[in-house]
Formats: sequence, C-alpha cells, structure tokens
Amino acid sequence: MAKIRPSKGHPYARILGVGGYRPTRVVPNEVILETIDSSDEWIRSRSGIETRHWANDEETVAAMSVEAAGKAIADAGITAEQVGAVVVSTVSHFKQTPAVATEIADKLGTDRAAAFDISAGCAGFGYGLTLAKGMVVEGSAEYVLVIGVERLSDLTDLEDRATAFLFGDGAGAVVVGPATEPAIGPTVWGSEGDKSETIKQTVPWTDYRDGTVERFPAITQEGQAVFRWAVFEMAKVAKEALDAAGITADELDVFIPHQANERIIDSMVKTLKLPESVTVARDVRTTGNTSAASIPLAMERLLATGEAKSGDTALVIGFGAGLVYAATVVTLP
Amino acid sequence: MAATQEEIVAGLADIVNEIAGIPVEDVQLDKSFTDDLDVDSLSMVEVVVAAEERFDVKIPDEDVKNLKTVGDATDYILKHQG
Repeated sequence: MAKIRPSKGHPYARILGVGGYRPTRVVPNEVILETIDSSDEWIRSRSGIETRHWANDEETVAAMSVEAAGKAIADAGITAEQVGAVVVSTVSHFKQTPAVATEIADKLGTDRAAAFDISAGCAGFGYGLTLAKGMVVEGSAEYVLVIGVERLSDLTDLEDRATAFLFGDGAGAVVVGPATEPAIGPTVWGSEGDKSETIKQTVPWTDYRDGTVERFPAITQEGQAVFRWAVFEMAKVAKEALDAAGITADELDVFIPHQANERIIDSMVKTLKLPESVTVARDVRTTGNTSAASIPLAMERLLATGEAKSGDTALVIGFGAGLVYAATVVTLP
Repeated sequence: MAATQEEIVAGLADIVNEIAGIPVEDVQLDKSFTDDLDVDSLSMVEVVVAAEERFDVKIPDEDVKNLKTVGDATDYILKHQG
C-alpha cells in the first residue's frame, strides 16, 4: 500500500487580529416605535438596546465583510495573500449560490483561498472559530479568516413588537493563525434540534415565492423559552468551557457572550457568579443583536475602548437558532 | 417533605424579593406578578427557575404563561412538587 504523507500543521492556534464594521445608519428606538406600539423605556428595560445599525443598499453582506476582514488582517499583521481559508457565518445572505465567502476572498485579494459559508445562527462565530483552529492545527491553512456577518434588518418583522427592536446589521472578523502556546481552548458545542421551533424563520422562501404567505419571511422567537434556555442551559455550557480550558472564574478577564439581549447577559453573569473583576461585553446596547457578528463586534469594541486588552483571557459563548451553541476560552489578540 | 401553601408563598416572596426587589410582605396570593409585583415576562422566567429549584418541581415553558398570580404559582407547586 502506498504511503500517504501526512499534512503538517502547528501545535496550537490563536486569534491574531480582529476587525468590525457597523453600518453608517444608526437607528434609535424612536424609529422602531413608528411601527410597533411600545415605548423607549419598555424596549430598554426588556433588552438594554438603545440603538442599532441598519445597512443601506451599498452595505451588502459582502461589502461589510470585506471592511471588517480588512481590518482584522491589518490587525493581525499579515497580508491578504497569506490567508488560506475564509469561513463566513451568516443567515442573511439572500443569494445562496455561490457562497458569499468566495466573493469576499476575491475582493480582499487572497490568493485563491478556500472559501465557504456556514449556517449556525448566533453560534456561527464559535463554529467558525472551531473550524479555523482545526485547519491551522491540522495544516490545511496557515491563516484563516472567520467572519460573522448579518443584515438582520432584512429578516425583521417591523410590526412584531416582540422582535422589531432586537436585530441589527454588521460584520465582525478575526484572523486565526499559528501559536506557540494554547490560546483557543477546547470548544464545548452542540445542537438541540428538538427545540428548533424556539427561534426560526417564519416560513421557507418557497412559501413566499408560491404566494402561500403574503409577508416576507422574518425571524421569530418564543421569548420566555429562549430566555430560560439562554440563561440557565447556556450558563452550564459556559462553565463546561471554562472547566475544559482549565480556567477558573477568578482567572477570567473578559466575558463575551452573544449579544442577544442585555437581560440574558445580566442573568448569565449572575448565574455563573462571575467576579466583579470580569469585564462583560454589553455591545448590544448600541449594536442590537447581530447574530453571528455579535461576538467579534463586541470583542473589537472592548479592545478599541481599552476595556479589554491584548493577552486577556476571555470566555466567548454563542447560542441561537437551531438551537445551537458553542463556547470556548480564548486569549484576546 | 412537601411544602405547605404557607411555605410556598413565603418561598415565592423570598424569590420575588431577590429578583425584583419587592418587599416580601407584598407577595400575597391574589397579587399578579406582572401588574402588582413588577415581575416582567423575563423576570418571571427567573422566578420560575428559582421556584423549580427550591420546591423540586418542573414548570415547563408552556405552563409558565398560566401562572398569572402568586396563587396560581402556589397551586401549581402544591400540585406538582416532588
């Protein structure tokens, strides 16, 4: 039998750089109140959200990704030609073939990088990060771009008072590359397809095409069920990720949960009994829920404002439609 | 040993106090969580989870919406506690 040469990777991987793009249009709660019967106070008390960004026609999924990824590449100190793979997580790119990752890889000027999209909702960043780490360690790519990008304003029912205020648009990206010591811990991830009705797109595109529904599909959720699962079940997953990485809550510097809703974040912090010394990402207040983009966007902002610094140990956890989840401990770039 | 109605109301009062900051004496059987006790739909989930632990009872999501008053919750726990 012929002997196959094994691939040659690296012992460890780390996040080398991060970048974000927030659309230029800032949308305050007052705009949301034009289509739902609610109040600024109600929206803030239920979600913590004050403003979100909505993309314009030029701020496409690809355009926002290229902006965020360009910053991440510069932050990592590499060139686009060195990127070996581009992984894009999105649920709001409406042209499914070809994968938007290929257009992004081309526009960035990569040298024919492998490029593909994944669909893992609000856990997409963690799923992508796990794939990227695997690629670097296994050796199929030296540097991997992981991009979370959404235009959730296109999938928002502006007349649904339970969700109209929640969603925002944006892109967040990281570059994952080789490391000499562990900087991305074991991923604790999974899916609970039996709870698929909890957060979902209302109807398939084909129902809209066929005229069986009048309203364009939107994302809908069962608020209380989502809250219970996100806080109490995800706190267990977050704890498992800490344990898997051998990190205690006292050793943690930063907590970056998916920016779904500030009430979920508050309750998770309480349930996890995180010490006050831990910096908690609350980007949801001004960015809304941007699904797969929320964790890298929050990471980028914490580093930009100085609330977190390079080398800090951060727990990241994404959770959402599927239901799916992914948590891990990382060293910040 | 199963908790009595009185013990359940006292336990719920502690929980509501902890979560919503409402004085324990305000938590009475006829009080509505949302209208009288400042417990919104998300805080209600926290109350339910805390009650589940305290009284060894399972309160599924689909039953939570039926627990409008402290009395509703007390009756539910009395009937379902382990």
